[in-house]
Amino acid sequence: MYEFVTGPLAWLAFAVFFVGIIVRLVLYVRGLDWKLDRVTYSVNTAYGVRGAVRSVLFWLFPFGTRSYRNNPGFTLALFVLHLGLIVTPIFLLGHNILLQERWGFSLWSLPGAAADLLTIGVIVSALLLVLRRIALPEVRIITTAYDYLLLAVAVAPFVSGLIARHAYANSQPWMILHVLCGELFLVAIPFTKLSHFVLFFATRAQLGMDYGIKRGGMKVKGISW
Amino acid sequence: MPEGVLCNKNKVATLEQLQALLADKSGKQYYQEMNHLEVDAKALWALVQKTCKSRIRTWLEICTHCGLCAESCFYYLANNRDPRQVPSYKIQSTLGQIVRRKGQVDNAFMQMAMDTAFSKCTCCTRCGIYCPLGIDMGVMFSYLRGLLFSQGFTPWEMKIGTGMHRVYRAQMDVTTEDWVETCAWMAEETADEWPGLEIPVDKEGADILYTVNAREPKHYPEDIAQAAILFHIAGENWTVPSEGWEETSLAMFAGDWEACKLQVESVYGAMAKLRPKRMVVTECGHAYRATVIEGPYWAGLPSGKPPVESLHYVEWVAEALRTGKLKIDPAKRIKEPVTYQDSCNYIRNGGLWEAARYIMNQIAEDFREMTPSREHNFCCGGGGGLNGIGRYREQRNVGLKVKRDQILATGAKLVIAPCHNCWDAIRDLEEVYEIGIRWSFLKPLLINMIEVPEHLRAEE
Repeated sequence: MYEFVTGPLAWLAFAVFFVGIIVRLVLYVRGLDWKLDRVTYSVNTAYGVRGAVRSVLFWLFPFGTRSYRNNPGFTLALFVLHLGLIVTPIFLLGHNILLQERWGFSLWSLPGAAADLLTIGVIVSALLLVLRRIALPEVRIITTAYDYLLLAVAVAPFVSGLIARHAYANSQPWMILHVLCGELFLVAIPFTKLSHFVLFFATRAQLGMDYGIKRGGMKVKGISW
Repeated sequence: MPEGVLCNKNKVATLEQLQALLADKSGKQYYQEMNHLEVDAKALWALVQKTCKSRIRTWLEICTHCGLCAESCFYYLANNRDPRQVPSYKIQSTLGQIVRRKGQVDNAFMQMAMDTAFSKCTCCTRCGIYCPLGIDMGVMFSYLRGLLFSQGFTPWEMKIGTGMHRVYRAQMDVTTEDWVETCAWMAEETADEWPGLEIPVDKEGADILYTVNAREPKHYPEDIAQAAILFHIAGENWTVPSEGWEETSLAMFAGDWEACKLQVESVYGAMAKLRPKRMVVTECGHAYRATVIEGPYWAGLPSGKPPVESLHYVEWVAEALRTGKLKIDPAKRIKEPVTYQDSCNYIRNGGLWEAARYIMNQIAEDFREMTPSREHNFCCGGGGGLNGIGRYREQRNVGLKVKRDQILATGAKLVIAPCHNCWDAIRDLEEVYEIGIRWSFLKPLLINMIEVPEHLRAEE
C-alpha cells in the first residue's frame, strides 16, 4: 500500500497537479481580451510589465501593502500559513529521501525542528483563520462550507504528517493517510480556488498591467499598493 | 406585460421616446413597469458567455472570502460596518449568482442586483487595491451594470442619460446650436473685462482642443467663461469643437457600451476634423475617465490611447504653472486651511495625484491632505452616477458620511474638488449635514490669484 501511494499514485497526483496548473495559467492568459478587459496587454508592454511586477512583488511580502499593514494579525497568519504550506513539503528531509529513492535526486533539506515549527505554524495559523471566519461578521457573511473544506484539505497533510513523524509505534497507517492527504491537496489545487497558488500571480499581474498601462501607470511611477 | 412602454430592453433612439421618459415624473410609471419586466435568461446567459472571460470569471472563482475588502469600502464604513456592504458579498450575491445560475434569474433578483450595483457601489475601484488577489469589484460592478442594462434593469435617470447621449451626443439636451451660442454669449460677456478674449469654435490645428461637461453650457456657463479667461491669460492657442465637445458619459455609469462608443467617437471625430495638438478636458472626473482612459477601448483603438494626447484640467493647470504661462500672485494665495478632493476617476484610475499636489502647493499656504488621500482616497459618495439617481438618494446621503468625516478631520473649511461629481456630492453633504464648508472648482479660485500680464489688463 505504502509503495503504491508513494509510487504510481504520487506520479499521478504530481502529473495532475503540474499539468493542471499549467492548463489553468494558459486558459487564464488565453481568456484575456484587450477589448473586453480594456487593457492593451500587447501594446505599451514595458509599462505593463512594470505594473505587473510591482503588483506581484508588493503583495508577495508581509506588510508590503497598505491592506496588509492595516490588518497585521491576519497578515501574519496568512504568511505563516503560506510559508509553511510551500516550504515544508519541498524541503522536508523525509520527502527528499523519498525523492532520492524513487526519482534519484533530492533537494536541500530543512532541519527537523524547523520543519516541525513550520508545520505547527500552518496548523495554528489555519486555526486562527478559522476563528477569524467565525468571529468577524464581515468575514462570516462571505464564508461558505467550501472555504472550510478547502482549508481542511490544505492542512490535513500537515496534521497527518506531524502525527506520522512523531507516532513512535505503528506510524505506517498515519504515513499512508498523510501521503493520501498530500496527494488530495495537490490534485485539488488546479480544480478549486486553491488554484490561487498560481492564479494569484496571474490576477495580480493582470491588475498591475491594468494600472500600469491604462490607469495612470504612464503618468506616474505607479500606484502605492 | 413583459415589456413596458418606458421600461423595456430597447435603447432610446428618438427624441419622442426621450420626452416620454422625461414626462414620467420621478420614473413612477417606469419603476412600476419594471416590476413586470421579463428577464430573457437565454439572452442574458449568451451575453455572459460572450463577455465574461477569464479575468472576471477568475476573480469570481478564486476570491478566498478573506474580507479584507470590507474596510476599503466607504459604504461598509458609512453603514456601521454592515456585513451586507462587504464588496465581496455584494458582487458574489449578484454577478456571482448570475454566472453560477447560468443566467437563470428572475425579475426580483434583477431588481436586487440593480439596487446593489447602483446604491451599494459607485465603482470607485478602491476595493481592488486592498484585495490580496487583485480582485477589482468596482470593475465587476460596472460590468454587472452592463448586463442589467441589456435586460432593461437600469435606474430611470440612467435610461434617460443614455438616451440623451444617443440623441444629443451629450448627457443633457444641449444641441450644437445651444453650445455654440453659449460659447458666443460667454465670449461676449467676458470680452468687456478681457479685451481680445475669444472662444474660438472649430479652429483647425489649434494647440488645445477644449472639451467640457454638458452641465457647463446647460447650468454653469460661467465655467466656460472662466476657462476662456485662463486660456487667454496663459496665451494658449485653443478652440472648442462645435460637435464632439461633450466629454461625459452617463452611458458608462449605466453600462450602455454601445452609447459609450457613440459618445466618445463624437469627440474623436472632432479631433480628426480639427487636428489639434492636444485636448484638455474640463474639471470633471468621469468625463476624463470616459473619453481619455476607457474611450479608446470602446472605439477599438489598438493603442489604448485617444487619437491626440489628452489632459485633464489639473494637468493643464500644473503645466501652465510650471512653465510660467500662469503665475500665482503670492499675496493672493489661499491663506485659510484648504483640502483637496481626489476624484477616483482621474486620481486612482488616472494617476494624476502629483499634478494636483503641485497645484495645491502653488496656490495654498495651508494645504491639508485628507486621510487617506491620493489613490487611496475614498469616493466622494456621489460617484458612478449616484448623485443623479432619485431612487437611491437616501443611501447616497448615508454614504456621504465618510467624506464628511474626512473633511472635518482636516479642519479645512474650503474643499477644492476639480470634478463635477465630487463637487456635487460635497455640496449636497453640506446641505444634508451642515458642517460649514465651502467647495470650489479650481477655475474661479485661479482667476482671483493669477497675475495678469500688463497687455491683457482692461483699461480703467
